[in-house]
Amino acid sequence: MLELLSGFVDELRAAGLPVSSTEHLDAARAVHHVAMEDREALRTALGATLVKSAAHWPAFETAFEIYFSARAELRPRAGGTSGAPGAAEPPSSRALLAEAAAALSGAGPSEPMSGAELAALLLDAIRQGGRSIGAVLARSAVDRYAGIEPGRPVGGAYYLYRTLRHLDLDGLLERLLDEARGEEELTPLEERLLADEYRARIAALRKAIEAEIRHRLVSDRGAEALARSVRRALPEDVDVMHASREELAALHRTLHPLSRKLAVRLGRTRRHRRRGSLDFRATMRRSLSTGGVPVEPRFRHPRPSRPEIFVIADISGSVASFARFTLELVYALSTQFSKVRSFVFVDGIDEVTHVFERADDPAAAVRRITAEADVVWLDGHSDYGHALEEFDRRWGDEVTSRATVLVLGDARNNYHASGAWVLSELQRQARHVYWLNPEPRQYWGSGDSIVDEYAVHCDAVVECRTLRQLERFVTELA
Amino acid sequence: MSTREGLGGSTFSSIEEVREGLARVGYVADERIAGVVHLAGRLEKPVLVEGPAGTGKTQLAKSVAEAAGWRLIRLQCYEGLDEAKALYEWNYRKQLLRIQAERSASSWQELEEDIFAEEFLLTRPLLEAIRSDEPVVLLVDEIDRVELETEALLLEVLSEYQVSIPELGTVRATRVPMVFLTSNNTRELSEALKRRCLYLHVDYPDLEREREIVLRRVPGIDDELADQIARIVRSLRSLELRKPPSIAETLDWARTLVILGIQSVDAVSTTGTLHVLLKYRQDIERAAKELLAADA
Repeated sequence: MLELLSGFVDELRAAGLPVSSTEHLDAARAVHHVAMEDREALRTALGATLVKSAAHWPAFETAFEIYFSARAELRPRAGGTSGAPGAAEPPSSRALLAEAAAALSGAGPSEPMSGAELAALLLDAIRQGGRSIGAVLARSAVDRYAGIEPGRPVGGAYYLYRTLRHLDLDGLLERLLDEARGEEELTPLEERLLADEYRARIAALRKAIEAEIRHRLVSDRGAEALARSVRRALPEDVDVMHASREELAALHRTLHPLSRKLAVRLGRTRRHRRRGSLDFRATMRRSLSTGGVPVEPRFRHPRPSRPEIFVIADISGSVASFARFTLELVYALSTQFSKVRSFVFVDGIDEVTHVFERADDPAAAVRRITAEADVVWLDGHSDYGHALEEFDRRWGDEVTSRATVLVLGDARNNYHASGAWVLSELQRQARHVYWLNPEPRQYWGSGDSIVDEYAVHCDAVVECRTLRQLERFVTELA
Repeated sequence: MSTREGLGGSTFSSIEEVREGLARVGYVADERIAGVVHLAGRLEKPVLVEGPAGTGKTQLAKSVAEAAGWRLIRLQCYEGLDEAKALYEWNYRKQLLRIQAERSASSWQELEEDIFAEEFLLTRPLLEAIRSDEPVVLLVDEIDRVELETEALLLEVLSEYQVSIPELGTVRATRVPMVFLTSNNTRELSEALKRRCLYLHVDYPDLEREREIVLRRVPGIDDELADQIARIVRSLRSLELRKPPSIAETLDWARTLVILGIQSVDAVSTTGTLHVLLKYRQDIERAAKELLAADA
């Protein structure tokens, strides 16, 4: 067990979780106090001792499933605890399911069900919500559709896709809802609740299928190899430009608490910074009570200036999500700045400050930008040169020496003129000009990227691929 | 460690027992919560409870104390909390009086020994928890509100269960208290603190647990209404609201419905009482539009 545990800890570390050796020891002590066959308790014990942040929990879960649940002696406890809503099921379908379960768990793939039978069972299972059936169905669905080829070094996403495509869970949802609508008149509220219920059950089924596929891959290739191929970056380390839809959603969830934390932290350091200059008058006055000896020097309250921020963001396809994240973060911190103005461009440029001012929260505003901003001038391909020149013409005078200009974009200019002179102009006027580039540093200057041409006019060009890097930059900015 | 009396064995011997004990006092614990509480007793480690506001983090500590029949000592954290408020303080007024009363009689050495006696010590929650003879539950509430530096105050207490007072020596716990720290996650806690704790993330409950909670905490509610409430709240939480409804708000809503004598929730009664559940205007509008297909 201890050996298994250290393998597991190594895997967590490889996935980016900070696990100290104290925590490793704690985990080793903790597993002594739980029954080994109780998987849930084991998960709790390891989770509580090894994972110290909610954002890291999904990574832990994945690794845990691979390392522990796939082993025969640690299979989940049988029927007893699950299947509670069974009472509601009509006897006929129940018997059918039980029969199917028996056939499947006994004989396995040698006696496969027909596709239609499986679909009918699936429909029934979701309608009734019996939980114990889920694992059985998942097993047979995987048998039938995944077509797992032993020895192929894949992470299972492909098998999952194959299985799900055949099952067509979305279509299933529609059919169930239609069915419900047909039976009786539903109010919108009832319909919504029913749909959410079905969706939850389908999500559970999907999870069961995923677990089943993992389980098989583990027995095929071993835990370590599989863990390596399904390892995913933690939300704060995900590359924003290449994030999948799910990853983006996860990023979004991390962004909100992150911005709140940053705001609190910045506010605090501002208040506690004690670097005001000596207040001579107050010191002298105070010294009167000690007979003219200035025992206690008095200082002026520090009044840190709050920078004015101009954000100029490229929102063309490839870098759009990066621009959105940055805008959202900057606005979430807007109390730390005296003024934030934002401009978005593709080949034309438009000011969107008013969108943020009208909206109640930055996330909603960011969603509306694409619809409301007038950013296409000619063909809708990035043209930094034209956008910058346009910025200079329309708003150039408003950039003062208190302003900090942030340009967000990959500087892939489709071989247009760079318009770099605008930046040098801005650098002269503004306090700072920073360029945030969401591309990895080694790609800078390759192809149509002309970031080097702009870099000479910026105080710094910062690589900003992940939330972690973004957070670091914003902290230094404020 | 061996000289101290542990707390695990005597009170909660299994996860099931933790669960039942908590259920007796009206706290519905899921597998994870019960598991971590059990483990905390066994390993004699503090539990760091994190999660959104209103998911029963503080209540957990209170319920554990109630279930075990132990005294609850609470330290509410706030910005500017210091040693004198958290650990101990010398009662200097009393010390001064003592010095004045015996000005001529004794030598300085005797006096010094005298005025730094326990008699002049004002115990604050942390020291009180350590010195208590009876078993206690120590709740350090909203630890994320103190500054990073102040966290260090807790470290000695949390890992060694002792407090060092320069004038008196080290006070060690005779009984290891059960410690809960709660955090709303407004800032990252220090690694040193996290390392010393078991971590428990308490999220919004799933459907079954929420229904169970409503049934237990709201007198006079029937199964059907509780089920409906739990389902509506689950749908609301999936909507990406500014502030999703917490358990506390769910309970408020359930009570409201019971008081109003509503047997079954429909669009009209929901719209009328949505403000109990949601606290932002745009959230209410959004919920009304999405869920009820109506304008609030």
